[in-house]
Amino acid sequence: MSLLEIKNLHVTVAGQEILKGIDLAINSGEVHSIMGPNGSGKSTLAQVLARRETYQVTRGEVLFDGKDLLAMKPEEAACEGIFMAFQYPVEIPGISNTYFLRSALNAIRKYHGQDEMDAMDFLPMFREKLKLLDMEEKLMNRSVNEGFSGGEKKRNEILQMAVLEPKLAILDETDSGLDIDALRIVAKGVTAMRSPERGMLVVTHYQRLLNYIVPDFVHVLVDGRIVRSGGAELALELEEKGYGWIENEARQSAPASV
Amino acid sequence: MTTAIENLASYLDSFTAFEKRAAGQDLPWLRKLRADAFARFCETGFPTTRDEDWRFTNVAAIARTRFQLPPMRTVRLATPEIAPLRLPGAGARLVFVNGQFAEELSQIPATVNASSLKQKIANSPEAVRGVLGHYLEIERDPFTALNTAFAEDGAYLHVRRGTVLEAPVHLIFISTESDQPAMSHPRNLLVFDDESEATIVEEYFSLGSGPVLSNGATELIAGENTTVSHYMVEREHGEAFNISTLRIQQGRSANVASHSLLLGGGLVRNNVHPVLAGEGGECLINGLFVGHGREHLDNYMYVEHASPHSSSRQFYNGILDGQAHGVFHGRIVVHKEAQKTDAKQTNRNLLLSDDAQIDTKPQLEIYADDVKCTHGATIGQIEENALFYLRSRGIDEAAARRLLLLAFASECVQRMRAGAARAHVEQLIHDYLLSLAQAHGPRSEGQEPVEGERSLEEVG
Repeated sequence: MSLLEIKNLHVTVAGQEILKGIDLAINSGEVHSIMGPNGSGKSTLAQVLARRETYQVTRGEVLFDGKDLLAMKPEEAACEGIFMAFQYPVEIPGISNTYFLRSALNAIRKYHGQDEMDAMDFLPMFREKLKLLDMEEKLMNRSVNEGFSGGEKKRNEILQMAVLEPKLAILDETDSGLDIDALRIVAKGVTAMRSPERGMLVVTHYQRLLNYIVPDFVHVLVDGRIVRSGGAELALELEEKGYGWIENEARQSAPASV
Repeated sequence: MTTAIENLASYLDSFTAFEKRAAGQDLPWLRKLRADAFARFCETGFPTTRDEDWRFTNVAAIARTRFQLPPMRTVRLATPEIAPLRLPGAGARLVFVNGQFAEELSQIPATVNASSLKQKIANSPEAVRGVLGHYLEIERDPFTALNTAFAEDGAYLHVRRGTVLEAPVHLIFISTESDQPAMSHPRNLLVFDDESEATIVEEYFSLGSGPVLSNGATELIAGENTTVSHYMVEREHGEAFNISTLRIQQGRSANVASHSLLLGGGLVRNNVHPVLAGEGGECLINGLFVGHGREHLDNYMYVEHASPHSSSRQFYNGILDGQAHGVFHGRIVVHKEAQKTDAKQTNRNLLLSDDAQIDTKPQLEIYADDVKCTHGATIGQIEENALFYLRSRGIDEAAARRLLLLAFASECVQRMRAGAARAHVEQLIHDYLLSLAQAHGPRSEGQEPVEGERSLEEVG
């Protein structure tokens, strides 16, 4: 059984169909990358998997660990082991990072019938993860993402992922807007999280991140459909030739629109 | 104005009876103060929404109700009944039941010069003469006139020169259920001599149910170079009417913080009126009001800058759910001589339902020419983005809402000095918002998606 199984997924936003039949299976231990031009539906796919309610699934099904993901609320999906690193992490003034993260971890532990973690147990583990992401502890006493630079926000996403240890990690354009140093730190954090028990879905517009996180599979998303799948070498080909040729190819083979 | 004075005869009966037995009636100045105030009240009656200062708050329900003064000390509360109201770490506690001092529930150590105002009037009237009624103006507000007419009991506190009271002084005003609608007019006199420092928590609470009117007024005189924190905590039940007026007189370089927390009540009017009379005074006017059901919470700020180099900061945050109605009326007056005034006003509101309402009204009157005054207001809803972010990390919707409400409220808490008083109100806010978040289920289908925050800011 695959960790994630997407079958013929159709998704509509505000009456417009964005995903037009996605099929994708991710097994534990695998890193898949979704690449594609702007507006192809990459982020929509990530958000649907994280159960954002503004997206309407019109057809298809998604099984996560054999369970119906589309019947889950965002918090249930998170507790079951889905984590999405946001493309635009949200600033929440008035809640400290540490408090937020401990609340999240304890919500997940509670869901699985485990005891809540007190500050004494939480801190040593947390400090270790901070080190992995080259983050300062005093940043964590500040409000969630408030006043963070773009790079700090993205690192904070990976930090949360490292603490919450999901079964499926989804990275929604985590590399966008990062300088090379920040990119390396983020990639180091993600790479450290690669494990036989964890699947990853790396959504990106650029190939750059994939130099550091080498995927097992690359899928190209054009106009709401996966038009091509391959190994890591497909990403390099796209980097070299751009998306134009594959878009043309897709247009020719797509069923005539009504 | 006919509705406004419909129960005048009843007030006249109450006042006649009060005059016969009130402490200090043998003092001509006090007798006159009360008589003048009552005359003023008879002249104006209750305000109506035609009065600019009462535009958003209709007090017809108060005018309509025949409130009576409670009989003398018939209600006795046992110590366990007030245990939940205690402030851990308080240095002194004065408890008033239906406006009357309850000595057996109070605790005043010898180091704190406090007593009931009634005792003070009876034992050493010279201490209050020239101070009581000197700052609160009966012409400004009919409720202040009414309070002054019935001014007798409440808290008296005198902090002597150079004294620092580390632990807060807790004043508790409890209204109890009675057969007929009861009114009380607590009157507090808080005097801080030069270079003293203290924290006062004035807390209003009602037991049981039924209409009850608590019309409190406080004169707070902060001498030169004093540091004073005043907390007004109002948490009455849904049938209670609560009017409170805080008049602050600030001397040179006095630093005063007024924190108001309105956590429930049928109709609540919170007046804060600081006068920065001495040079270089600083005043923080900080508040949080949380309404649900059909509650009406009105905050009326009147900040007067009367001397150069003074600064005032007003920050009020409102959270409104159900059909609650909130009001923020922030008036800043900068007198001609008050050059280099720095006044700022911010009112932020969170509306949790489509039927909740907020009226926010800034009003600047500037007669000096070298001043900085800014004001701004925002009205928003819980941001769906933030809610989704929290939920996507495993936090369920009710808990996520509570966290976001706490975050919004924490802006007010952050402005309080760390200590027992802050810890006390922080816990109250925490508990109150928890019950609010639990009562507030997920949004139902078909509701409008969330709009962005509306914001207006002006610089003058």
